[in-house]
Amino acid sequence: MAGKYFGQPILRNEDAQLLSGKARFIDDIDLPGMLHAAFLRSDFAHARIKKIDYSAALKRSGVVAVYTAEDFGDFWRPGPLQVPPPTAIKGSVFNARTLVPIAKDKVRFSGEPLAVIIAESRYIAEDAFDDIIVEIEPLDAVNDLEKALEPGAPLVHEDLDSNLAADVVQERGNYEEARAKADVVISRKILVNRNAGAALENRGFVVEWEERSRQMTVWATTQAPIPLRNTIAARMGLFENQVRVITPFIGGGFGPKIMTSQADDVLLPWIAMKLKRPIKWIEDRRENFLATTSERDQVHYAEIALTKEGTILGVKDVFYHNTGAYDPYGMTVPLNTQTHTVSNYRVPNFYTQIKMVFTNQMVVTPVRGAGRPQGVFVMERLMDAAARELNMDPAEIRMKNLLIPDEFPLRTGIIGQDFVEGVLDSGNYKKNLEKTMEIVGYEKFRKEIQPKLRAEGKHVGIGIVTFTEGTAVGPYEGARVTIGANGKVNVATGISTQGQGHFTSFAQIVAEQVGIDVKDINVVTGDTAHFHWGAGTFASRGAAVAGSAIHNAAVKVREKIFSLASKIFEEPEENLEVGDGKVWVKSNPSQSMLLGDLALRANPTRGTIEPGVEPGLEATAYYGPPYGATGAGAVAMIVNLDPETMQVKVEHFVIVHDCGTAINPMILEGQVYGGISMGIGNAFYEKMVYDDNGQLLSASFMDYLMPQATDMPAKMELGHLVTTTPLNTLGIKGVGEAGAIPTPAAFVQAVEDALHGQVEIMESNLNPSRIFEYLQKKQ
Amino acid sequence: MKPVPFNYFAPTSVEEALDKLAELGYDGKILAGGQSLVPAMNFRMARPGALVDLNNIPELAYIKPTSEGGLAIGTMTRDSKVEHDPKVIEMFPLLGEVMPNIAHAQIRNRGTFGGSIAHADPAGQLPAISIALDANLFIQSKSKERWVKATDFFTGPFMTVLDPDDMLVEIVLPPHLPHTGSSYQQVSRQRGGYAQAAVASVVTLDDQNRCKEARVVLISVGDTPILSARAKEILVGQKPTAEAFKEVAQAIAANEIDPATDIHATADYRRHLVEVLVERSLTIAFDRAKKGV
Repeated sequence: MAGKYFGQPILRNEDAQLLSGKARFIDDIDLPGMLHAAFLRSDFAHARIKKIDYSAALKRSGVVAVYTAEDFGDFWRPGPLQVPPPTAIKGSVFNARTLVPIAKDKVRFSGEPLAVIIAESRYIAEDAFDDIIVEIEPLDAVNDLEKALEPGAPLVHEDLDSNLAADVVQERGNYEEARAKADVVISRKILVNRNAGAALENRGFVVEWEERSRQMTVWATTQAPIPLRNTIAARMGLFENQVRVITPFIGGGFGPKIMTSQADDVLLPWIAMKLKRPIKWIEDRRENFLATTSERDQVHYAEIALTKEGTILGVKDVFYHNTGAYDPYGMTVPLNTQTHTVSNYRVPNFYTQIKMVFTNQMVVTPVRGAGRPQGVFVMERLMDAAARELNMDPAEIRMKNLLIPDEFPLRTGIIGQDFVEGVLDSGNYKKNLEKTMEIVGYEKFRKEIQPKLRAEGKHVGIGIVTFTEGTAVGPYEGARVTIGANGKVNVATGISTQGQGHFTSFAQIVAEQVGIDVKDINVVTGDTAHFHWGAGTFASRGAAVAGSAIHNAAVKVREKIFSLASKIFEEPEENLEVGDGKVWVKSNPSQSMLLGDLALRANPTRGTIEPGVEPGLEATAYYGPPYGATGAGAVAMIVNLDPETMQVKVEHFVIVHDCGTAINPMILEGQVYGGISMGIGNAFYEKMVYDDNGQLLSASFMDYLMPQATDMPAKMELGHLVTTTPLNTLGIKGVGEAGAIPTPAAFVQAVEDALHGQVEIMESNLNPSRIFEYLQKKQ
Repeated sequence: MKPVPFNYFAPTSVEEALDKLAELGYDGKILAGGQSLVPAMNFRMARPGALVDLNNIPELAYIKPTSEGGLAIGTMTRDSKVEHDPKVIEMFPLLGEVMPNIAHAQIRNRGTFGGSIAHADPAGQLPAISIALDANLFIQSKSKERWVKATDFFTGPFMTVLDPDDMLVEIVLPPHLPHTGSSYQQVSRQRGGYAQAAVASVVTLDDQNRCKEARVVLISVGDTPILSARAKEILVGQKPTAEAFKEVAQAIAANEIDPATDIHATADYRRHLVEVLVERSLTIAFDRAKKGV
């Protein structure tokens, strides 16, 4: 459905500003009289707070105020449950222990705030750390997910009987019966490691309380400006329209910026109102590592039952999920794991159980992928183990079990992160895999290239996996499209942007309807004064959900253009055409009007209007899907392993991806490539490592290795498949997390293959030293 | 991640800098390229009372030939200058191999040759290279001046013979003997990252193609760069053979290094790497010595 603008690889509207250094980011905001905040954070992961004495800090020149939990009085309370558990899952247990804004009585993770210091500069605020005396009684830390549930384990939340945060069983069919009929049953313990979101820009929060107008303005790097506005207003006892949240340009989100109850979100508005001065807090990298949020840590006990021909009869997966010290984001991540474990294969019988565990670690909330990479990793590893056992080719066993288009829409029987039963709407999973094999040259590699290279002593291996990405979930988004008297268009929507290219892709959607060039369309995201209904940018939903709302609003504006022009020209609507910023009569193009002029006519300041006519060339619309759209794809990866140093190079990476209609293929490619780099990072570089005391050992970029340009595959190819979703008019599915989801599974498979199947690897993050250990153990 | 308060001085001559360092004593710290010191200050791990910034003393940045046929490098010479100086690379091919491995281009544009040596990070390349190339280091303070061999300069992790008022002023690299070859082998997790292990070898052959000198230096596997004694013992006076390289590699891995386990690698893996890299570097270095490269 590509048009003049929609579907075209148009250069991004926002890039000139960004690339010339003229974009405003949060740290560029400087207000008169502004104070700076710094958080004193706990060095201990688990401890009882005896006493915090900050009297010396108050004496330091430039320190304005210091607060601990006690100083906030009744304002201190645990934050909201940002995502409640789905009530539809019968018999599930969920213990809500939401994030507290600042530690009171007890510390539950290393990096948890103990005190907030307000000073004339951030330097002075940090100097005051040394003035504060914290008396603390260290407690044993809870780290190991399985030991955490053993009787006698130290308790993260002492009002609970155990560290169990949630226990959720979902089943379709009957796994045990399927298992009894199976020729082959394979069980494995599978580990998935913990990763950071690690956006280029950390979080930030600036708040100003204007006493005379009783207005609060907040600049924040949030992915959820409207929920943040709503929670601040509620906490402060203000009306929503007394709080304006603005997101400036943001350097990446990746999930952790979705939270609305971190210390800064909660405490700084209160302090700004009390001190009557603006306050700025810019998170530093160490704080981001220690105390934002991160994700992925799971331990799976998984099992697959098959016939001897390789047909899957059933899958069982019981897994421990680390939620960290609190669970403000409900069960979103492990539910995604449940919905993605078997989603692309025909698995008639599926048993899946979440055991969500509190630990003395940073809170877990979604990070790009959000539970999906874990599910895909587990399933793909089971498929590989099965292929080995049955002496089948990894591609063959997958092809045999992939769902086919005739089976869609397919109700999965598994309730997902959007609280409703998952439905696979559309797709062509086999075609994804076929096309991937074709591009990478799978058969030729297996039959000719690999044997030849092996004979030369080279250790080359191939990994090939498939995946789905549940995207575009509800509840809804909205948008307002307005044509101005200047002939240009303003588009406002409630979600925020962290680099996804919305300023261009949303403009393309509108341009196609109103016939005004993309460059003349101004898109405003993440400013609650411009649009104040919506949920946010997460779950690969921006383009599909907000994009659909924008499309609906643009269609309404188009209708208004035709309706008004029809009256002015005294011509039926079907005789009119719109484009190049004007509307004209098809049979007589000289009879035309600029849309800016038409916009003026649509908003008369004298005279009368007909009943029911709304002013302006403006419309507001909303869109909410009944359930999410599911994207899918397949990945093949060829690696070369140095058998002496265990260094691994990705030589060739192929992804075939299907996210339905593409709004802007160039932006889409960027999203997919970015996801792949994160996937390669997750597989071979990035790892959050905690020691037994709950200390994060990887709290800087010296130790937390981000994938670099030089770590990217020597050759990368992207294939597109388009099966449109019936869930929205444009046929769009989300894509934001695609690359990150399948990559670790493909990487590990390729490494195993490079080692001639000598070792079986059931963990998602490798490094050369770890590969060396596997080989040592083998010898 | 903001440093604690500190004083800042920007002398414009060596004399002025040495005066300031003498006056500050233990309170003073030299700021050269700042690529290691400033992050350490931001982490508040380093808390110097005062910085003496050498960036306004142009006379400390130079590369010039010595009368003995070697090169003298001023302490404030940027790493990227050394990297891209054709004379340096021609005379010391080892530097041509090493320099691109020191962090990233932006860091090499600021980082200095002398600063890196004086910082004495056991994972740093230039401390080891100064030993491999048998450098002579010229050190000055307000009250004294002296020459110290690179082999005697490093006393522990981030520790050297420098007194608080001392400045490493110049690094002199003696010329290679004829039939000298070198090789640098490094394994790091990523391009520009810290070496998990690295080996620099500089070897010289005599007229009968026997080994005359072998300087094998190990990086990142001990408190300081390690100059292998075993390599010398095994190789000098002998024809270089694959068997001998293997013997050296095994001897070094077994006896001369003390690698640590950290979150990126086990000590066993690092030991294994050293064995692999020593063998690789000796093979290449002797090959180059034979070819007269």
